[in-house]
Amino acid sequence: MPLFEEGLVSLSQKLHNKEIKASDLVDEAFARIGEVDGDVQAFLTLNEEAAREQAKALDETGAGDAILAGMPIGIKDNMVTKGLRTTCASHILENYDPLYDATVVEKVNAQKAITIGKLNMDEFAMGSSTETSFFKKAKNPWDLDRVPGGSSGGSAAAVAAGEVLFALGTDTGGSIRQPSAFCGVVGMKPTYGRVSRYGLVAFASSLDQAGPITRTVEDNAYLLQAIAGLDRHDSTSADVAVPNYAAALTGDIKGLRVAVPKEYLGEGIDESVKGTIRAAIKQLESLGAVIDEVSLPHSKYAVPAYYIIASSEASANLARFDGVRYGVRAETDDLIEMYKKSRSEGFGDEVKRRIMLGTFALSSGYYDAYYKKAQQVRTLIKQDFEKVFADHDLIVGPTTPTTAFKIGENIDDPLTMYANDLLTIPVNLAGVPAISLPCGLADGLPVGLQMIGRPFGEETLYRAAHAYEQSTGFTLTPAKGAMNK
Amino acid sequence: MSNFETVIGLEVHVELKTKTKAFCGCANQFGAEPNTNTCPICLGHPGVLPILNHEAVDYAIKAALALNCDVSRETKFDRKNYFYPDNPKAYQISQFDQPIGRNGFIEIEVDGKKKKIGVHRLHLEEDAGKLSHLEDGSGSLVDFNRVGTPLIEIVSEADMRNPQEAYAYLEKLKAIMQYIDVSDVKMEEGSLRCDANISIRPFGQTSFGTKTELKNLNSFAFVEKGLAYEERRQERVLLSGSEVVQETRRYNDATKTTTVMRGKEGSNDYRYFPEPDIIKLKIDQEWIDRIKAEIPELPDSRQKRYVDELGLPEYDAMVLTQTKTMSDFFQEAVAQGADAKLVSNWLMGEVSAYLNSNYKTIDQVPMTAEGLAKLVKLIEKGTISSKIAKKVFKDLIEKGGDPEEIVKAKGLIQISDAGALNELILPILEANKQSMIDYKNGKDRALGFLVGQVMKQSRGKANPKMVNKIILDEINKL
Repeated sequence: MPLFEEGLVSLSQKLHNKEIKASDLVDEAFARIGEVDGDVQAFLTLNEEAAREQAKALDETGAGDAILAGMPIGIKDNMVTKGLRTTCASHILENYDPLYDATVVEKVNAQKAITIGKLNMDEFAMGSSTETSFFKKAKNPWDLDRVPGGSSGGSAAAVAAGEVLFALGTDTGGSIRQPSAFCGVVGMKPTYGRVSRYGLVAFASSLDQAGPITRTVEDNAYLLQAIAGLDRHDSTSADVAVPNYAAALTGDIKGLRVAVPKEYLGEGIDESVKGTIRAAIKQLESLGAVIDEVSLPHSKYAVPAYYIIASSEASANLARFDGVRYGVRAETDDLIEMYKKSRSEGFGDEVKRRIMLGTFALSSGYYDAYYKKAQQVRTLIKQDFEKVFADHDLIVGPTTPTTAFKIGENIDDPLTMYANDLLTIPVNLAGVPAISLPCGLADGLPVGLQMIGRPFGEETLYRAAHAYEQSTGFTLTPAKGAMNK
Repeated sequence: MSNFETVIGLEVHVELKTKTKAFCGCANQFGAEPNTNTCPICLGHPGVLPILNHEAVDYAIKAALALNCDVSRETKFDRKNYFYPDNPKAYQISQFDQPIGRNGFIEIEVDGKKKKIGVHRLHLEEDAGKLSHLEDGSGSLVDFNRVGTPLIEIVSEADMRNPQEAYAYLEKLKAIMQYIDVSDVKMEEGSLRCDANISIRPFGQTSFGTKTELKNLNSFAFVEKGLAYEERRQERVLLSGSEVVQETRRYNDATKTTTVMRGKEGSNDYRYFPEPDIIKLKIDQEWIDRIKAEIPELPDSRQKRYVDELGLPEYDAMVLTQTKTMSDFFQEAVAQGADAKLVSNWLMGEVSAYLNSNYKTIDQVPMTAEGLAKLVKLIEKGTISSKIAKKVFKDLIEKGGDPEEIVKAKGLIQISDAGALNELILPILEANKQSMIDYKNGKDRALGFLVGQVMKQSRGKANPKMVNKIILDEINKL
């Protein structure tokens, strides 16, 4: 059995007892990458030499007490890594070597986790399929003709394919949860402010959040534990104590008040997905949870509001990629031409579409009709959640309306692509945490169960997700995936 | 006399002299080697986030209070979007609709008339980098040391009615910023910058005429001259039957004229929106009170006190309070027991003449307030004459030290001893009998001649009052 299937706690224990070496873990990562990544295309940059050296050093000195020590991790390529190329899967940053480490990277480094490489994604995290990557399209390990989801498609695919033990992703409108659902892994979008954004290449600053993508709920809890907390480099990071997430994994959810929004099992959701989710809800009920139907009436406005807010912020955040100081520059004699050419050549279609959308929405004369209105919708969506959480502990529903779709199926139809995020986007607009975990297969493809919690209620999410996972025995094994056909 | 009334409003940018930049830990320092005070944050690298420097907020609140503004209890930052190589994020963090200060005023005085000029708003923002263009036209260089320096933008109401008032507003604004010690306010280093809006309208009309904006105003004198040119130009345009075009114009000091820089169409849509990386800022009463307590006595109050308590003429009080350093120097000298009016005379006369011709300020010369006070007291006591005092002053301002020591070392003590003076005077009178007779016969000038002879003989040290008296006594004896 591959080591990564054992899970973090067991591997850490074995490493500590010298039953295995850090090099064994790193060897497995690169062996597996060599075996499958030609198909999966999860990695954009490998950190092989440094990773092997780091493992060797740990073999000699001992791994120490940190639970992540020696564990192979993949980092989404929109998190800056000092001296390790960071491209955001964009041509414009093709040659960019960062000057510093993102806080989340610094934190996993401090625990001596070993960075295996940088993971493929939609360009600047804009997309739901990893098809907008400038470099290559990542594939779903369950079916190589299908997308792994996005934007953290490389992160979810790498974990599902067993190329790393776990990975970091980012989630602006579902970019951790949707690929986790498509690839049958566990992905957590923490509360806005729970994890520092310093060093995440900003897409939509008021929505972006980094989080863990893992094979099990327990691994996920440990990885969030490592990266969460106040950061003096990010004034939007929250000064709220980080609880012990692993201690929340009691298996006991008796009396937990679970809300099921009728909108989440209504129109636009595939019947096969609905069936799988209904069974999962039954399972929660059998574990002692109290199920209640509720409404999130404004969630139907979430997608348009999101595309205005996120694109507006992105239009400013991506303006710095102008070819003046770093990144790709088109050589011309004229400044304005240089800007235009560098950006026209450097960005892909989806990125340009959103920059234009955001620029338009913020323009004088349109601001009130678009940006301001979208912010008002955002407030209403937040209030929807507050009302439900007044007398419920958890909201449960599907993560995505469908299972993984075929490569090329939606890429020329932005509206259908955007609609794929309708169940994940409200969570980002409200700033609340949510986890996606596998709850079975529909037509041979993984279905993600989404649990949404109160602000800073990650503990409750882990408790419920873990109880469900333990009772069903679902940890969908990559070895059964289509790669090995 | 013109038939038109001029309307002027000013936008002033003041760089705050905080220890570090507005949103990162880099030193805020003028004149360092290019691109040495930079980091990934101020260079706008991918992934960085701004952290608000609370010292900059303190300074902005202080400036707002000193300009009599209402301080916003809740304020926020916004992004102002535009592309330029000196602007690395391609947006400037500024404040759009919730500035830190609003509804203030500055009191100015022109030709003895006092007037309040409204301060519309005061907000905090970050400065851009500095571009320099290579002379051969082969390219441009960017220095990012300045990028992220905290700035306050102070927008006046359109309350000024002539260029002199604009000049007085700037002088007073600069003085206040100096008093509260938030900025170096040096136009030549760019720590104070000014753009001016000007329009004219027929007297009696209440609505404003079409305005033009003047840029490249690199000194207060340029502001005044540029506005003076522009009000004449707009008048000529209107009198010729044309209309003033709304545009931005550049002042050229070589020709003392303004020329078109860009039209209204060239103006940017900055697409302001709230900065999501900085949380809303609440300013409570405690914070305001703490800053209020740090504000020293301001020029208007000092000026009033100099008139009311020290008996100085209004004009002296105004000149002495124009800069804090001069005003502090004056107060210290008076505190040492010197006569206020005499100190004022020296500061406004000899001292200012020296400073102006040497391009220095009072804190840049070796002379101390104690030194000047001693010099004044030596004159008051009659130890030295005013004439001798000027010789002592030259030494004092150039080298510093104790005037009494200088007087002793140079043997400049005034001869006020009657016996010694008689010994000096009598031989001179003996040799100039005719002049004594001439004076007696009504030739007043003869006395001056005699006194002059004595002063010359004593190399200026004889006490002139006593010399006068002794000579007159001798003449009367004839």
